[in-house]
Amino acid sequence: MKQSRRNFLKFAGLSAAGLCIAPTAVMASGAPGHGADYKVNANHLHAKRWAMVIDTRKLNTEEAIEALAETCHHIHNVPTIDSDQDIKWLWSGTYGEVFPEQENNFPSEAQEKHRFPLLCNHCEHPSCVRVCPTKATFVRPDGIVAMDYHRCIGCRYCMAACPYGSRSFNFMDPRPHLDMDNINKKFPTRMRGVVEKCNFCVERLAVGEMPACAEKSGGAIIFGDLQDPDSNVRKALRENFTIRRKPAAGTEPGVYYII
Amino acid sequence: MLEKAFKGGPKYWAWIGFLLLIIGAGFCTYLTQLQEGMTITGLNRDVSWGFYIAQFTYLVGLAASGVMIVLPYYFHHYKKFKGMVIMGEFMAIAAVVMCLGFIIVDIGQPQRMLNIIFHPTPNSVLFWDMIVLNGYLILNVVIGWTCLECDRQRVSHPKWVKPLVYTSIIWAFSIHTVTAFLYAGLPGRHYWLTAILAARFLASAFCSGPAILLLVVFLVRKITKYEPGKGAIGTLTTIITYAMCVNVFFFMLEIFTAFYSNMPGHIHSIAYLFAGSHGHHELVPWMWTAAIFAFISLALLIPPKLRYNQKLLPWSLAILVIATWIDKGLGLLIGGFTPNPFNEITVYWPTGKELMISMMVYALGALTLTFLYKIATDVKREIGQLTTED
Ligand code: SF4
Ligand code: SF4
Ligand code: SF4
Repeated sequence: MKQSRRNFLKFAGLSAAGLCIAPTAVMASGAPGHGADYKVNANHLHAKRWAMVIDTRKLNTEEAIEALAETCHHIHNVPTIDSDQDIKWLWSGTYGEVFPEQENNFPSEAQEKHRFPLLCNHCEHPSCVRVCPTKATFVRPDGIVAMDYHRCIGCRYCMAACPYGSRSFNFMDPRPHLDMDNINKKFPTRMRGVVEKCNFCVERLAVGEMPACAEKSGGAIIFGDLQDPDSNVRKALRENFTIRRKPAAGTEPGVYYII
Repeated sequence: MLEKAFKGGPKYWAWIGFLLLIIGAGFCTYLTQLQEGMTITGLNRDVSWGFYIAQFTYLVGLAASGVMIVLPYYFHHYKKFKGMVIMGEFMAIAAVVMCLGFIIVDIGQPQRMLNIIFHPTPNSVLFWDMIVLNGYLILNVVIGWTCLECDRQRVSHPKWVKPLVYTSIIWAFSIHTVTAFLYAGLPGRHYWLTAILAARFLASAFCSGPAILLLVVFLVRKITKYEPGKGAIGTLTTIITYAMCVNVFFFMLEIFTAFYSNMPGHIHSIAYLFAGSHGHHELVPWMWTAAIFAFISLALLIPPKLRYNQKLLPWSLAILVIATWIDKGLGLLIGGFTPNPFNEITVYWPTGKELMISMMVYALGALTLTFLYKIATDVKREIGQLTTED
């Protein structure tokens, strides 16, 4: 409590100082205001519509998915909280949990045994975006459903709207649940009271890298442009039988599962 | 007129003090929520809205209920409601104040709340809900206050109030319709995904709201000798009875659709609420209480002999309020989130702190209502209209 009050005072002081200095700084630099100096990374990966194909014949064990989740959670500073108020970007579930309305009364042995990776589907008609009252959740032109944590008011309407349970709310301050000496300094941590989810690794695409889970999956997760007929995802979809989660919800998920 | 709220006997001040005490205690709890976050609630990843939003939903119904007096009075010139109109309008104000309070305590980052206004998003129902709720608040404040002030000065109501009143009547339907759309438009939430949700909301509002209003009016009658008139009470009770019949009928429509179609998604929530599922039975006793109370209230309200029995009436109304409160203030929200998107059950139950904060908002509403009713009854006494003939 004391510590946080001191932090707050420090923060308030710095903010006040910043408010005084910022206008002068902007004037001094003569910046035209709208960030004309920003340069897009030359290696930036582009697509008309990013999508993912998960080959569950290759990736279906708890351990394998857990390893990917660990990487994802580590690079995105997702805390580990041991309660049902936890945060998940990538996790695993049984067939019945992942495809609840497509369950069979006599499942195959493989289907019964296997675990399936779960993450945000980056839907084409995302209900989370439709309901968000502040545009904190939005669709980028490349189809990625992204979030602005600084805009989010924490109303959790998007959580009620997502038919896939892909969103997590920071019920508490996530930082005490992170190994602060070992966080990824290139990615922000969040504050309490905002919602978050998988972001298809936009920060990695921006510097020419593939999503971490795809990179680490040893070919089991394919990531690419759905609109490009020659792309690797289209090839995988052409050659394999795939299904998506809850087609009845009409959201058109961008994550496909090879069963 | 405002000064009337600050003159009163010791009992009046004791009551105000009591409310302030609850508000103070609730506010301290709310400060912990601001400090520690929503983790102090019983909410979780799967049940992301709970007691706060459920109370908000219930109270929108209370806000909308005033229209059951205003509409007959203005549209059908039903003069017997004259003494009650202001009570309905002031009740609406207090109810909207509570609604807004529950929204504020439910937001994870309340200091950013104005983002809804800075970044208006017409595709979000929440945006429209904000507009209709605040609009309804303003309408009722302007109409209620102007009419009461004119009564006090013994002049006739200004002409411009009429169109505002007509607007407010239609507006009252909109606040509950839009609130129902918050829920009804979501894929994957089968308990809410029903075209008659808005109709159900209105039916339940038009029975529970006037019932609460009548109970409060009975209390006011005891304290101040205010008399709304037997005719008015009788008519309002009849309206409540009809609305409750429709409310129960609509719920049975849901049951038929779910179980005759045999669609698992539609059955599951109802089964969880009334029979339990996956070994979880938290809400079963509550829901059956609601169902049984609903039928008892009907049994006590439908026969005219019992309905017009003034001794029995408060009890019938209280039973009705409990039944509708469980249905909407508990079952609707939890049933919508359970089972979760993975067809699993995550249990939600409000924590003590959550209830404490809710008490604060309720006390805030009670305080608003006390001030407004104090003013209204004092003015009525002044102009000799505290009691209505018949
Ligand atoms: S999976 Fe859910 S959170 Fe992700 S885009 Fe679709 S609706 Fe939104
Ligand atoms: S919680 Fe945040 S992201 Fe979700 S709907 Fe509300 S403002 Fe939008
Ligand atoms: S795409 Fe990136 S953010 Fe999403 S689950 Fe994979 S690693 Fe995590």
